[in-house]
Amino acid sequence: MQSPASTPDAPRTRFSWTYFASPATFYPLAGAMIPWFAAAAALLCAAGLYVGLVVAPTDATQGDSYRIIFIHVGAAWMSMFLYVVMAFWAIIGLAWNTRLAAMMSSAIAPTGALFTFLALWTGALWGKPTWGAWWVWDARLTSELILLFLYIGFMALQAAIDDPRRADRAGAVLAIVGVINVPVIYFSVQWWNTLHQGSSVSMTRAPSMAATMVLGMILVALGFWMYSIAAVLSRARSIMLERERRTDWVITEVGKAA
Amino acid sequence: MSLSSYWSSFDAFIAMGGYGLYVWGSYLVTAAGLAIEIALLVARRRRTLSMLAHLHGSDGK
Repeated sequence: MQSPASTPDAPRTRFSWTYFASPATFYPLAGAMIPWFAAAAALLCAAGLYVGLVVAPTDATQGDSYRIIFIHVGAAWMSMFLYVVMAFWAIIGLAWNTRLAAMMSSAIAPTGALFTFLALWTGALWGKPTWGAWWVWDARLTSELILLFLYIGFMALQAAIDDPRRADRAGAVLAIVGVINVPVIYFSVQWWNTLHQGSSVSMTRAPSMAATMVLGMILVALGFWMYSIAAVLSRARSIMLERERRTDWVITEVGKAA
Repeated sequence: MSLSSYWSSFDAFIAMGGYGLYVWGSYLVTAAGLAIEIALLVARRRRTLSMLAHLHGSDGK
């Protein structure tokens, strides 16, 4: 057996992407990466909040209620992006029957559901002062709510099936079918006449104001992205240990941790 | 104390021009959501490691 994935201790003569495709080699790599992504998340969020809450000026029409944008947009972006990544790993898992891909898919779902909930929550708190309603059955809001149900459905389906490999396949099919909802969310403000505003990056505002607003929004969104990577890697590591608990590499890792 | 050119005082910062409930309601729930997820991730890792230690013996046999 000369496959690099099956012999993690063998000296590597050339870089190979498949080397990290096995839980045994990905587990320590993920563990080494988590602190860096967590630190980047903390720094980017802190910088973004400083720019958004202290540096950015008050909006001429919405007053200070617009400051919800700094977390709302990042949460909404992550809710959609994480779903696409979850569906991507689901496809890889179904096509090549790889254990790690299915575990990554399962590890993404709770973080994706959290950001979907936060997008809806911050949207409700923004909608009340600007539209006069916490909730409207608008295409953007409804499709985002469906996204939350897709994440919850994915987790419930996987939790309901005892055999992990069958749970992987059933969850993967749901994740892949549900991915059609992501472009619906993204383009909903163009396809339908929605109460939700169109592009969040407005070209009609004064340039200096738009610059700090966009900067704060991008910094927090990047912070949420780094946070998501750290959270998903941490959850994936626990899933790997739980599901492969009888394997030699897990027994070695437990020995190291003890 | 002036926080910046937009906030004359800390009270003004908290008031958020009358939108304090909505703005801070968004930020606090977001912070709580992330904090809860982090706590759950740490608890899951501890639980998994103790399950494995129990399963294989703490010497990692």
